[in-house]
Amino acid sequence: MNNALLMSSAGDIDFMIHGLFSYELFGQTLWITTSHVCILIVMLSLIIFSIIAGRKMRRATDVPDGFQNVVELVIELLDGMVAGSMGKSAPRFRNYIETIFIFILISNISGLVGLRPPTADYGTTFALGIITFCLIHFNEVKHNSLKSIWIDKCSPLPPWLPIWLPINIISDIAVPISLSLRLFANVLSGTVMMALVYGLLSKIAYVWPAVLHVYFDLFSGAIQTYVFCMLTMTYIAQAIGDDNN
Amino acid sequence: MNITGQDLILAFSAIGAGLAVIAGIGPGVGQGIAAGHAAAAVGRNPGAQGQIMSTMLLGQAVAETTGLYGLLVAMLLLFVKPLVG
Repeated sequence: MNNALLMSSAGDIDFMIHGLFSYELFGQTLWITTSHVCILIVMLSLIIFSIIAGRKMRRATDVPDGFQNVVELVIELLDGMVAGSMGKSAPRFRNYIETIFIFILISNISGLVGLRPPTADYGTTFALGIITFCLIHFNEVKHNSLKSIWIDKCSPLPPWLPIWLPINIISDIAVPISLSLRLFANVLSGTVMMALVYGLLSKIAYVWPAVLHVYFDLFSGAIQTYVFCMLTMTYIAQAIGDDNN
Repeated sequence: MNITGQDLILAFSAIGAGLAVIAGIGPGVGQGIAAGHAAAAVGRNPGAQGQIMSTMLLGQAVAETTGLYGLLVAMLLLFVKPLVG
């Protein structure tokens, strides 16, 4: 990758995705990249944590101790977040929202342990955005009649005058794109900043970049995770409609 | 020193990337306004601090998007170089 052309003065600035090895599929050359490896590491650690937590919770005691406390605290916090913004339909979406919350959070803060955050790859975040898009429209069709969807799509104008329809459809399509770009660009900007600090100031980059890590990885990552999940829940609740909620 | 068309495109890409991140002004002002109003709201009603906080963060994150689009354009110009043939 000759991307260091504009930064040729500092050769060790590195925040790009690297291909590890390639393979052929249907005449296309596909790459296994560092994002795949990092996402696998994140997933493996989450799976191991879940298995341990599941085993612990099978022998759960009335008075929680140590590890059980942590698990219950996390789940209760996330349950409260979902219930607060989805109301009556919270139980059905709880599992999905909490899963992506934990996944995105661990992905965002995996920069702390030296991985390249998987969410700094547009492929990851766009997949999450597509899932949100499918959920929104599946629930819209499931909970509303086609007539009310049509009225909603023509909304500022009366339903027999569908001039506003294309604009509403474009704004529907923009939802997953803006959701995924927001998460991607935030995590990417943090990754680039840290790469610049370590690359350009490598002589004096001792200890104090920890402050930047706290901001770019922990704070920004947690906020963006929260925002992604909140927006997903808001959109889904909006699609379900007020009278069903 | 010969300056080829390729070099010119690279140079103007760098200038364009610099101009693109001026987009950061807008979200900065917007987020500041949101934070100021949130502070005023907490001053008026300290009991609702949690809710005000989460509403403010959500609104700020949405307002931030336009700035991030500027950042993305700059990144594309610098590293993907779509204009270099």
